Amino acid sequence: MKKNLKLYLWLLYVNLFISSFTFGGGYVVVPMIKKYFVEDKNLISEDELMEMAAIAQSSPGSIAVNLSILAGKKVAGVPGIIITLISCIIPPVIILGLISKWYVAFSNNIYINAALKGMQACVIALIIDLVIDMYKSIIKENSRLLKILAPLSFVASAFFNINVILVLVSSCLVSFFTLFFKMKKGVKVNDF
Amino acid sequence: MIFKLFLIFFKIGSFSIGGGYAIMPLIQEQVVNQQHWITEKTFTDIITISQMTPGPLVVNSSTFVGMQISGPIGAIVATFGSIIGGIIISIVLYNFFAKYKSSQYVFQVLNSLKASSLGLIMSAGFTMLLLAFFNNSDFRAISSIENIDVIAVLIAVISLFIIRKFKISPIIMMIITGFVGLLVYA
Repeated sequence: MKKNLKLYLWLLYVNLFISSFTFGGGYVVVPMIKKYFVEDKNLISEDELMEMAAIAQSSPGSIAVNLSILAGKKVAGVPGIIITLISCIIPPVIILGLISKWYVAFSNNIYINAALKGMQACVIALIIDLVIDMYKSIIKENSRLLKILAPLSFVASAFFNINVILVLVSSCLVSFFTLFFKMKKGVKVNDF
Repeated sequence: MIFKLFLIFFKIGSFSIGGGYAIMPLIQEQVVNQQHWITEKTFTDIITISQMTPGPLVVNSSTFVGMQISGPIGAIVATFGSIIGGIIISIVLYNFFAKYKSSQYVFQVLNSLKASSLGLIMSAGFTMLLLAFFNNSDFRAISSIENIDVIAVLIAVISLFIIRKFKISPIIMMIITGFVGLLVYA
Protein backbone atom coordinates (compact mmCIF):
# COMPACT_ATOMS: atom_id res chain seq x y z
CA MET A 1 0.00 0.00 0.00
CA LYS A 2 2.81 2.37 0.88
CA LYS A 3 4.55 1.52 -2.35
CA ASN A 4 1.33 2.15 -4.25
CA LEU A 5 0.89 5.52 -2.62
CA LYS A 6 4.36 6.52 -3.71
CA LEU A 7 3.59 5.47 -7.26
CA TYR A 8 0.30 7.37 -7.25
CA LEU A 9 1.97 10.53 -6.02
CA TRP A 10 4.67 10.21 -8.65
CA LEU A 11 2.01 9.73 -11.31
CA LEU A 12 0.14 12.81 -10.14
CA TYR A 13 3.27 14.91 -10.01
CA VAL A 14 4.71 13.78 -13.33
CA ASN A 15 1.41 14.26 -15.18
CA LEU A 16 0.90 17.71 -13.69
CA PHE A 17 4.37 18.60 -14.94
CA ILE A 18 3.91 17.11 -18.38
CA SER A 19 0.54 18.78 -18.79
CA SER A 20 2.02 22.13 -17.74
CA PHE A 21 4.76 21.91 -20.37
CA THR A 22 2.88 20.62 -23.39
CA PHE A 23 3.80 23.68 -25.41
CA GLY A 24 3.59 23.26 -29.14
CA GLY A 25 0.78 20.74 -29.48
CA GLY A 26 -0.08 17.41 -27.94
CA TYR A 27 2.64 15.48 -29.71
CA VAL A 28 5.27 16.72 -27.24
CA VAL A 29 3.70 14.38 -24.70
CA VAL A 30 5.13 11.35 -26.53
CA PRO A 31 8.80 12.28 -25.90
CA MET A 32 7.86 13.38 -22.37
CA ILE A 33 6.27 10.02 -21.53
CA LYS A 34 9.28 8.34 -23.09
CA LYS A 35 11.68 10.26 -20.88
CA TYR A 36 9.85 9.84 -17.57
CA PHE A 37 8.07 6.48 -17.90
CA VAL A 38 10.48 4.60 -20.15
CA GLU A 39 13.96 5.98 -19.53
CA ASP A 40 13.87 7.27 -15.96
CA LYS A 41 11.56 4.80 -14.26
CA ASN A 42 11.50 1.80 -16.58
CA LEU A 43 7.79 1.44 -15.91
CA ILE A 44 6.98 0.71 -19.55
CA SER A 45 9.15 -0.47 -22.42
CA GLU A 46 9.87 1.47 -25.59
CA ASP A 47 7.89 -1.09 -27.55
CA GLU A 48 4.87 -0.66 -25.27
CA LEU A 49 5.14 3.10 -25.65
CA MET A 50 4.95 2.70 -29.41
CA GLU A 51 1.88 0.50 -29.07
CA MET A 52 0.25 3.05 -26.80
CA ALA A 53 1.11 5.92 -29.13
CA ALA A 54 -0.37 3.98 -32.05
CA ILE A 55 -3.57 3.28 -30.15
CA ALA A 56 -3.82 6.83 -28.80
CA GLN A 57 -3.53 8.07 -32.36
CA SER A 58 -6.09 5.65 -33.73
CA SER A 59 -8.63 6.76 -31.12
CA PRO A 60 -10.61 9.98 -31.33
CA GLY A 61 -9.90 12.98 -29.15
CA SER A 62 -6.63 14.28 -27.84
CA ILE A 63 -3.62 12.06 -28.55
CA ALA A 64 -1.78 13.51 -25.57
CA VAL A 65 -4.59 12.71 -23.13
CA ASN A 66 -5.24 9.26 -24.61
CA LEU A 67 -1.56 8.37 -24.37
CA SER A 68 -1.18 9.69 -20.82
CA ILE A 69 -4.22 7.70 -19.70
CA LEU A 70 -2.90 4.48 -21.28
CA ALA A 71 0.45 5.01 -19.56
CA GLY A 72 -1.35 5.67 -16.26
CA LYS A 73 -3.45 2.54 -16.68
CA LYS A 74 -0.43 0.41 -17.54
CA VAL A 75 1.48 1.61 -14.49
CA ALA A 76 -1.27 1.74 -11.84
CA GLY A 77 -4.54 0.32 -13.19
CA VAL A 78 -7.83 2.10 -12.59
CA PRO A 79 -6.43 4.45 -9.90
CA GLY A 80 -3.76 5.32 -12.49
CA ILE A 81 -6.46 6.26 -15.00
CA ILE A 82 -8.23 8.51 -12.50
CA ILE A 83 -5.05 10.20 -11.26
CA THR A 84 -3.85 10.83 -14.82
CA LEU A 85 -7.22 12.18 -15.89
CA ILE A 86 -7.32 14.68 -13.03
CA SER A 87 -3.72 15.78 -13.37
CA CYS A 88 -4.05 16.24 -17.14
CA ILE A 89 -6.94 18.63 -16.72
CA ILE A 90 -5.86 20.75 -13.75
CA PRO A 91 -3.09 22.82 -15.42
CA PRO A 92 -5.03 23.84 -18.55
CA VAL A 93 -8.18 24.63 -16.59
CA ILE A 94 -6.28 26.89 -14.20
CA ILE A 95 -4.09 28.51 -16.85
CA LEU A 96 -6.85 29.10 -19.37
CA GLY A 97 -9.27 30.11 -16.67
CA LEU A 98 -6.93 32.95 -15.82
CA ILE A 99 -6.00 33.78 -19.37
CA SER A 100 -9.49 33.81 -20.82
CA LYS A 101 -10.11 37.06 -18.95
CA TRP A 102 -7.14 38.88 -20.40
CA TYR A 103 -6.47 36.96 -23.57
CA VAL A 104 -6.03 39.92 -25.88
CA ALA A 105 -3.26 41.39 -23.73
CA PHE A 106 -1.76 37.94 -23.40
CA SER A 107 -1.62 37.11 -27.10
CA ASN A 108 -0.04 40.48 -27.92
CA ASN A 109 2.68 40.25 -25.30
CA ILE A 110 6.07 40.27 -27.05
CA TYR A 111 7.87 38.51 -24.20
CA ILE A 112 5.47 35.59 -24.17
CA ASN A 113 5.72 35.33 -27.94
CA ALA A 114 9.52 35.38 -27.81
CA ALA A 115 9.69 32.62 -25.18
CA LEU A 116 7.21 30.56 -27.18
CA LYS A 117 9.28 30.88 -30.34
CA GLY A 118 12.27 29.49 -28.45
CA MET A 119 10.23 26.59 -27.10
CA GLN A 120 8.74 25.88 -30.51
CA ALA A 121 12.25 25.17 -31.82
CA CYS A 122 12.86 22.89 -28.83
CA VAL A 123 9.69 20.89 -29.54
CA ILE A 124 11.06 20.11 -32.99
CA ALA A 125 14.27 18.80 -31.45
CA LEU A 126 12.28 16.65 -29.00
CA ILE A 127 10.19 15.14 -31.78
CA ILE A 128 13.18 14.47 -34.05
CA ASP A 129 14.91 12.76 -31.13
CA LEU A 130 11.83 10.60 -30.53
CA VAL A 131 11.45 9.74 -34.22
CA ILE A 132 15.09 8.60 -34.45
CA ASP A 133 14.68 6.24 -31.47
CA MET A 134 11.33 4.88 -32.57
CA TYR A 135 12.43 4.29 -36.13
CA LYS A 136 15.44 2.41 -34.82
CA SER A 137 13.13 0.08 -32.95
CA ILE A 138 11.03 -0.46 -36.08
CA ILE A 139 14.18 -1.42 -38.00
CA LYS A 140 14.84 -4.06 -35.36
CA GLU A 141 11.59 -5.81 -36.30
CA ASN A 142 13.30 -6.77 -39.53
CA SER A 143 10.26 -6.42 -41.73
CA ARG A 144 10.52 -4.62 -45.05
CA LEU A 145 6.85 -3.67 -44.96
CA LEU A 146 7.07 -2.01 -41.54
CA LYS A 147 10.22 -0.16 -42.54
CA ILE A 148 8.50 1.53 -45.47
CA LEU A 149 5.14 2.11 -43.73
CA ALA A 150 6.49 4.89 -41.51
CA PRO A 151 8.02 7.05 -44.29
CA LEU A 152 5.07 6.28 -46.55
CA SER A 153 2.56 7.44 -43.93
CA PHE A 154 4.68 10.52 -43.39
CA VAL A 155 4.61 11.44 -47.07
CA ALA A 156 0.88 10.68 -47.37
CA SER A 157 0.04 12.90 -44.43
CA ALA A 158 2.61 15.69 -44.79
CA PHE A 159 2.64 16.18 -48.56
CA PHE A 160 -0.67 14.82 -49.78
CA ASN A 161 -2.79 15.81 -46.78
CA ILE A 162 -4.40 12.38 -46.72
CA ASN A 163 -6.77 11.95 -43.80
CA VAL A 164 -5.27 10.34 -40.69
CA ILE A 165 -7.98 7.68 -40.49
CA LEU A 166 -7.40 6.71 -44.11
CA VAL A 167 -3.64 6.42 -43.51
CA LEU A 168 -4.11 4.20 -40.46
CA VAL A 169 -6.80 2.00 -41.99
CA SER A 170 -4.94 1.46 -45.27
CA SER A 171 -1.71 0.50 -43.55
CA CYS A 172 -3.64 -2.02 -41.44
CA LEU A 173 -5.28 -3.46 -44.55
CA VAL A 174 -2.00 -3.67 -46.46
CA SER A 175 -0.25 -5.53 -43.67
CA PHE A 176 -3.28 -7.75 -43.04
CA PHE A 177 -3.43 -8.91 -46.65
CA THR A 178 0.34 -9.23 -46.95
CA LEU A 179 0.25 -11.62 -44.02
CA PHE A 180 -2.83 -13.37 -45.39
CA PHE A 181 -1.22 -14.17 -48.75
CA LYS A 182 2.11 -15.14 -47.21
CA MET A 183 0.33 -17.56 -44.87
CA LYS A 184 -1.65 -18.95 -47.80
CA LYS A 185 1.56 -19.58 -49.70
CA GLY A 186 2.91 -21.28 -46.62
CA VAL A 187 5.76 -18.84 -46.15
CA LYS A 188 7.02 -18.65 -42.60
CA VAL A 189 5.82 -15.42 -41.06
CA ASN A 190 9.27 -14.61 -39.76
CA ASP A 191 10.49 -14.06 -43.31
CA PHE A 192 7.83 -11.47 -43.95
CA MET B 1 -26.90 24.41 -20.34
CA ILE B 2 -24.11 22.54 -18.58
CA PHE B 3 -25.47 19.26 -19.88
CA LYS B 4 -25.68 20.59 -23.40
CA LEU B 5 -22.10 21.84 -23.13
CA PHE B 6 -20.99 18.38 -22.09
CA LEU B 7 -22.95 16.70 -24.86
CA ILE B 8 -21.59 18.94 -27.59
CA PHE B 9 -17.99 18.56 -26.51
CA PHE B 10 -18.49 14.84 -26.08
CA LYS B 11 -19.66 14.71 -29.68
CA ILE B 12 -16.68 16.79 -30.84
CA GLY B 13 -14.16 14.68 -28.94
CA SER B 14 -15.62 11.35 -29.98
CA PHE B 15 -15.69 12.01 -33.70
CA SER B 16 -12.26 13.36 -34.33
CA ILE B 17 -9.30 11.13 -35.03
CA GLY B 18 -5.92 12.74 -35.50
CA GLY B 19 -5.56 15.13 -32.60
CA GLY B 20 -5.72 18.88 -32.22
CA TYR B 21 -5.81 20.19 -35.74
CA ALA B 22 -8.46 17.68 -36.75
CA ILE B 23 -10.68 18.82 -33.91
CA MET B 24 -10.57 22.58 -34.43
CA PRO B 25 -12.92 22.61 -37.48
CA LEU B 26 -15.41 20.48 -35.52
CA ILE B 27 -15.35 22.91 -32.60
CA GLN B 28 -15.81 25.79 -35.01
CA GLU B 29 -18.80 24.12 -36.66
CA GLN B 30 -20.55 23.30 -33.38
CA VAL B 31 -19.66 26.20 -31.15
CA VAL B 32 -19.51 29.08 -33.63
CA ASN B 33 -21.83 28.15 -36.49
CA GLN B 34 -24.50 26.09 -34.77
CA GLN B 35 -24.70 27.22 -31.15
CA HIS B 36 -23.43 30.78 -31.66
CA TRP B 37 -21.78 30.56 -28.27
CA ILE B 38 -18.75 32.49 -29.42
CA THR B 39 -17.89 34.64 -32.43
CA GLU B 40 -15.57 33.78 -35.30
CA LYS B 41 -13.09 36.34 -33.99
CA THR B 42 -13.01 34.79 -30.51
CA PHE B 43 -12.56 31.39 -32.09
CA THR B 44 -9.46 32.58 -33.97
CA ASP B 45 -8.17 33.97 -30.68
CA ILE B 46 -8.81 30.62 -29.02
CA ILE B 47 -6.59 28.86 -31.54
CA THR B 48 -3.80 31.37 -30.91
CA ILE B 49 -4.18 31.12 -27.13
CA SER B 50 -4.37 27.32 -27.20
CA GLN B 51 -1.12 27.19 -29.10
CA MET B 52 0.54 29.61 -26.72
CA THR B 53 -0.48 27.84 -23.55
CA PRO B 54 0.58 24.40 -22.38
CA GLY B 55 -1.75 21.46 -22.72
CA PRO B 56 -3.12 19.78 -25.81
CA LEU B 57 -5.06 21.94 -28.25
CA VAL B 58 -8.29 20.02 -27.65
CA VAL B 59 -8.15 20.39 -23.89
CA ASN B 60 -7.22 24.06 -24.08
CA SER B 61 -9.87 25.05 -26.57
CA SER B 62 -12.66 23.22 -24.76
CA THR B 63 -11.53 24.72 -21.45
CA PHE B 64 -11.56 28.16 -23.02
CA VAL B 65 -15.00 27.81 -24.59
CA GLY B 66 -16.46 26.30 -21.40
CA MET B 67 -14.94 29.13 -19.38
CA GLN B 68 -16.44 31.77 -21.66
CA ILE B 69 -19.87 30.19 -21.50
CA SER B 70 -20.31 29.22 -17.88
CA GLY B 71 -17.17 29.81 -15.84
CA PRO B 72 -14.95 27.23 -14.15
CA ILE B 73 -17.67 24.56 -13.99
CA GLY B 74 -18.23 25.00 -17.71
CA ALA B 75 -14.50 24.69 -18.31
CA ILE B 76 -14.28 21.41 -16.41
CA VAL B 77 -17.43 19.97 -17.98
CA ALA B 78 -16.42 20.88 -21.55
CA THR B 79 -12.91 19.53 -21.11
CA PHE B 80 -14.10 16.31 -19.53
CA GLY B 81 -16.66 15.91 -22.30
CA SER B 82 -14.11 16.38 -25.05
CA ILE B 83 -11.65 13.80 -23.75
CA ILE B 84 -13.79 11.06 -22.21
CA GLY B 85 -14.86 9.42 -25.51
CA GLY B 86 -11.28 9.09 -26.74
CA ILE B 87 -10.13 7.75 -23.40
CA ILE B 88 -12.76 5.00 -23.35
CA ILE B 89 -12.05 4.00 -26.94
CA SER B 90 -8.27 3.89 -26.41
CA ILE B 91 -8.67 1.76 -23.29
CA VAL B 92 -10.99 -0.66 -25.11
CA LEU B 93 -8.61 -0.82 -28.10
CA TYR B 94 -5.62 -1.34 -25.84
CA ASN B 95 -7.33 -4.18 -23.97
CA PHE B 96 -8.34 -5.74 -27.27
CA PHE B 97 -4.80 -5.71 -28.63
CA ALA B 98 -3.38 -6.96 -25.33
CA LYS B 99 -5.84 -9.87 -25.29
CA TYR B 100 -5.40 -11.03 -28.87
CA LYS B 101 -1.73 -10.26 -29.33
CA SER B 102 -0.98 -13.95 -29.75
CA SER B 103 -2.99 -13.92 -32.96
CA GLN B 104 -0.62 -13.22 -35.81
CA TYR B 105 -3.12 -11.03 -37.58
CA VAL B 106 -3.79 -8.83 -34.58
CA PHE B 107 -0.06 -8.62 -33.89
CA GLN B 108 0.62 -7.66 -37.49
CA VAL B 109 -2.09 -5.01 -37.53
CA LEU B 110 -0.76 -3.52 -34.30
CA ASN B 111 2.75 -3.45 -35.75
CA SER B 112 1.57 -1.65 -38.85
CA LEU B 113 -0.39 0.81 -36.68
CA LYS B 114 2.83 1.49 -34.79
CA ALA B 115 4.75 2.13 -37.98
CA SER B 116 2.22 4.41 -39.57
CA SER B 117 1.53 6.23 -36.33
CA LEU B 118 5.24 7.04 -36.25
CA GLY B 119 4.83 8.40 -39.78
CA LEU B 120 2.00 10.61 -38.52
CA ILE B 121 4.13 11.85 -35.63
CA MET B 122 6.81 12.71 -38.22
CA SER B 123 4.21 14.58 -40.22
CA ALA B 124 3.04 16.60 -37.20
CA GLY B 125 6.69 17.36 -36.40
CA PHE B 126 7.24 18.47 -39.99
CA THR B 127 4.33 20.92 -39.79
CA MET B 128 5.74 22.32 -36.55
CA LEU B 129 9.20 22.56 -38.13
CA LEU B 130 7.86 24.60 -41.04
CA LEU B 131 6.00 26.84 -38.64
CA ALA B 132 9.07 27.46 -36.50
CA PHE B 133 11.63 27.78 -39.28
CA PHE B 134 9.58 29.56 -41.96
CA ASN B 135 6.64 30.97 -40.01
CA ASN B 136 4.36 29.06 -42.34
CA SER B 137 2.91 25.60 -41.90
CA ASP B 138 2.21 25.02 -45.60
CA PHE B 139 5.25 23.79 -47.52
CA ARG B 140 3.71 24.92 -50.83
CA ALA B 141 3.70 28.52 -49.66
CA ILE B 142 7.40 28.52 -48.88
CA SER B 143 9.04 29.96 -51.94
CA SER B 144 12.53 30.75 -50.86
CA ILE B 145 15.02 29.40 -48.39
CA GLU B 146 15.99 33.00 -47.58
CA ASN B 147 12.96 33.39 -45.34
CA ILE B 148 14.32 30.81 -42.97
CA ASP B 149 14.61 31.78 -39.30
CA VAL B 150 18.28 30.98 -38.69
CA ILE B 151 17.97 31.45 -34.93
CA ALA B 152 15.14 28.91 -34.70
CA VAL B 153 17.17 26.41 -36.73
CA LEU B 154 20.15 26.96 -34.44
CA ILE B 155 18.06 26.49 -31.28
CA ALA B 156 16.55 23.28 -32.68
CA VAL B 157 19.89 21.83 -33.80
CA ILE B 158 21.68 22.66 -30.55
CA SER B 159 18.74 21.35 -28.49
CA LEU B 160 18.72 18.11 -30.47
CA PHE B 161 22.44 17.71 -29.86
CA ILE B 162 22.06 18.32 -26.12
CA ILE B 163 19.04 16.02 -25.82
CA ARG B 164 20.76 13.13 -27.60
CA LYS B 165 24.15 13.61 -26.01
CA PHE B 166 23.18 14.37 -22.41
CA LYS B 167 19.68 12.84 -22.16
CA ILE B 168 18.48 16.02 -20.48
CA SER B 169 14.87 16.24 -19.23
CA PRO B 170 12.49 17.64 -21.89
CA ILE B 171 10.92 20.03 -19.37
CA ILE B 172 14.28 21.55 -18.40
CA MET B 173 15.11 21.84 -22.09
CA MET B 174 11.81 23.66 -22.71
CA ILE B 175 12.51 26.12 -19.90
CA ILE B 176 16.03 26.81 -21.19
CA THR B 177 14.88 27.37 -24.77
CA GLY B 178 12.07 29.60 -23.49
CA PHE B 179 14.71 31.82 -21.89
CA VAL B 180 16.86 31.70 -25.00
CA GLY B 181 13.80 32.80 -27.00
CA LEU B 182 13.26 35.68 -24.59
CA LEU B 183 16.86 36.81 -25.03
CA VAL B 184 17.03 36.61 -28.81
CA TYR B 185 13.52 37.45 -29.97
CA ALA B 186 12.21 39.98 -27.45
